[in-house]
Amino acid sequence: LQIALFVACYNDTLFPQTGIAVTNVLERLGHTVTFPMQQTCCGQMHYNTGFHRESVPIVRRFVETFADSEVVCVPSSSCVAMMREHYEMIAESENDATFLADVRALLPRIFELSELLVSHLGVEDVGASFPHSVAYHPSCHSVRVLHLGDKPTRLLRAVQGLTLVDIPNKEQCCGFGGTFAVKNADVSGAMLAEKQASILSTSAEVVTAADNSCLMHIYGGLHRAGSKIRTLHLAEILASQERAQ
Amino acid sequence: MSIRVGKTSKAPDFPEAAKVALQDSQLRQNVHHATEVIRTKRALRVHETDDWQELRNAAHDIKEHTLAHLDHYLIEFERNCQQAGGTVHWARDADEANAIAISLIRQYGGEEVIKVKTMTSDEVQMNPALEKAGITPHETDLADMIVQLGDDEPSHIVVPALHKNRFEIRDIFRKKMSLPTLTAEPEDLAHAARQYLRDRFMRVKIGISGANFAIAETGSVCVVESEGNGRMCVTLPDVLITLVGIEKIVPTFQDLDVFLQLLPRSATGERMNPYNSLWTGVRPGDGPQAFHIILLDNGRTKLMHSKMERETLDCIRCGACLNACPVYRETGGHAYGSIYSGPIGAILSPQLNSLEYSRSLPYASSLCGACYEVCPVKINIPEILIHLRGRIVRDDQQTLSGTFSQMNLAMQGAAFAFGSRRRYEAAQRLGRMGQKLFEKNGQLVDLPGMAGGWTRYRDLRPLPQQTFRDWWRARAAAKPAIESEPRP
Repeated sequence: LQIALFVACYNDTLFPQTGIAVTNVLERLGHTVTFPMQQTCCGQMHYNTGFHRESVPIVRRFVETFADSEVVCVPSSSCVAMMREHYEMIAESENDATFLADVRALLPRIFELSELLVSHLGVEDVGASFPHSVAYHPSCHSVRVLHLGDKPTRLLRAVQGLTLVDIPNKEQCCGFGGTFAVKNADVSGAMLAEKQASILSTSAEVVTAADNSCLMHIYGGLHRAGSKIRTLHLAEILASQERAQ
Repeated sequence: MSIRVGKTSKAPDFPEAAKVALQDSQLRQNVHHATEVIRTKRALRVHETDDWQELRNAAHDIKEHTLAHLDHYLIEFERNCQQAGGTVHWARDADEANAIAISLIRQYGGEEVIKVKTMTSDEVQMNPALEKAGITPHETDLADMIVQLGDDEPSHIVVPALHKNRFEIRDIFRKKMSLPTLTAEPEDLAHAARQYLRDRFMRVKIGISGANFAIAETGSVCVVESEGNGRMCVTLPDVLITLVGIEKIVPTFQDLDVFLQLLPRSATGERMNPYNSLWTGVRPGDGPQAFHIILLDNGRTKLMHSKMERETLDCIRCGACLNACPVYRETGGHAYGSIYSGPIGAILSPQLNSLEYSRSLPYASSLCGACYEVCPVKINIPEILIHLRGRIVRDDQQTLSGTFSQMNLAMQGAAFAFGSRRRYEAAQRLGRMGQKLFEKNGQLVDLPGMAGGWTRYRDLRPLPQQTFRDWWRARAAAKPAIESEPRP
């Protein structure tokens, strides 16, 4: 399969290793990965903060960039949530029939990474090995918008050597929320403190998720508190070939 | 017009008020405990209801239909209620509602009233209006009584004194009921409340209630509650005055079938409310001999023009979104500056009132979606929050200070960068250069401006030297076969 990667702007800039991991996993499974260089952002930050007018050209750019792609893989569930929840609404409000038709044609071909692997490609064991105890953080958008269910954990269970541990009250928000983290920094910090305490109550060495945004937040809190627990995107664990000593 | 929603117009911004709440560890402990108890009970009751999603869909459909034809159903309600011996009054805003209530109480020669829990009366600030007119209101719902005796404000739609624990309640009762030896045992507190209320139930001749539902088909009114104080207030007095928002209309009696399954499970985790009171007009020799209902607009019709905004009025005030909300969990209700708090408050208060008074509320959410997931009538609260943020941003951009605000400048800059590959890549390079000023021990610290909100609580790794696209380009140069860009 020819799979176009939309890596997401913040992964491109802050977490390149996630894009590299996605590429490695998909290529290892025998697929061809392409990376359209015109891609920038999905428009979520602008849209969710209320900058709706400003988000329109960003959304148009995304749709144009990926219009001809057979399948688009996105290693960020909140970006996919933005597309599925808002792209049609944005195109409708623009009163542009071609734009709307393009959005409708593209949406069914966009997959979050675990959706692509488990539902579309029918793979659970991607041939990874990662001998560590891992806690999966089910991010809000992955649970309540994409309804990923057990797809990410099915992938993780198939990883050699990996021990999956459960975070208490795991579906509670970590407090990131995009610009919420700076606009309401104090409340966001209090929410993070709760999430941190839940994570620290487990035996996890690594926290993973389908979103680096939440992981960046969780890492920020854990590191500030002096914890050695690492945060790694799901793709990086699936790409791992680390063997037990 | 004087639309009023509690004390929203004088409330501080949410982030400021939240700061105060976050420092009150007793409050936070009370809120954590209470919301967790209700959440757990709710989950149990929802889980055992096989057709929960169908019920939610049905409720949503009924509400959407009713609101789309509200003019028709309101008039049908008025006709049927009057036919059954009730008197219908229409109030455009808070002042009109209070004036109607006061003139009715005076007409019947009352100097005090007993009240059943009604958020709508808090919305229009009826108690202060009554007191100003020389009328003494007695709240009879236990939690509302605690709030009233403690000179406090409700912090939850269903459990107004959720922020108080029993020791704090004991202290209020000791002081206000002159019971210096009262203990904090729940039985003792309930006994004290009963003694205090019984006298008022027997003596006061005018009752004031809200309504959970008003049924157009029959002109009936429905109140659900747990303590029986409501049943007392709607049956014992000679005169009953009911204040109800116009969105509380349902078309038929049959519709209660759906709502009376959803409401108690969502609100208190019960299969059925202990008391479900329904009455239709007046009946000679039985119950109040005069029944007046005040149908209140107070900003509601402003929401009618937009399908998205109108959905806000589907709310049946169950409070499930408050209990599910991770933001409410940390701050409690008072930080929202309105008697309607939590996620529903964050969309309801700014829309009923002017957006001007509650500009920070639509941002008081991480958009985690927990509210939408539990809402029994499927109000897409996150979507409405985003919609309101859009209105706020557009309003802001009309002003000079809004145009030059840090947020607007940052967003305009980012939008400009995202508009072209060249500018985007230049911004990535710029970020890498700029961050050098803030790097300390491999982390970014004390970032300036808005970003400082991040580094107040969290560390941040600096941007790596190689972006993903740099890696991709380097790899493509080494292995031309997988180059994905069109060849020249």
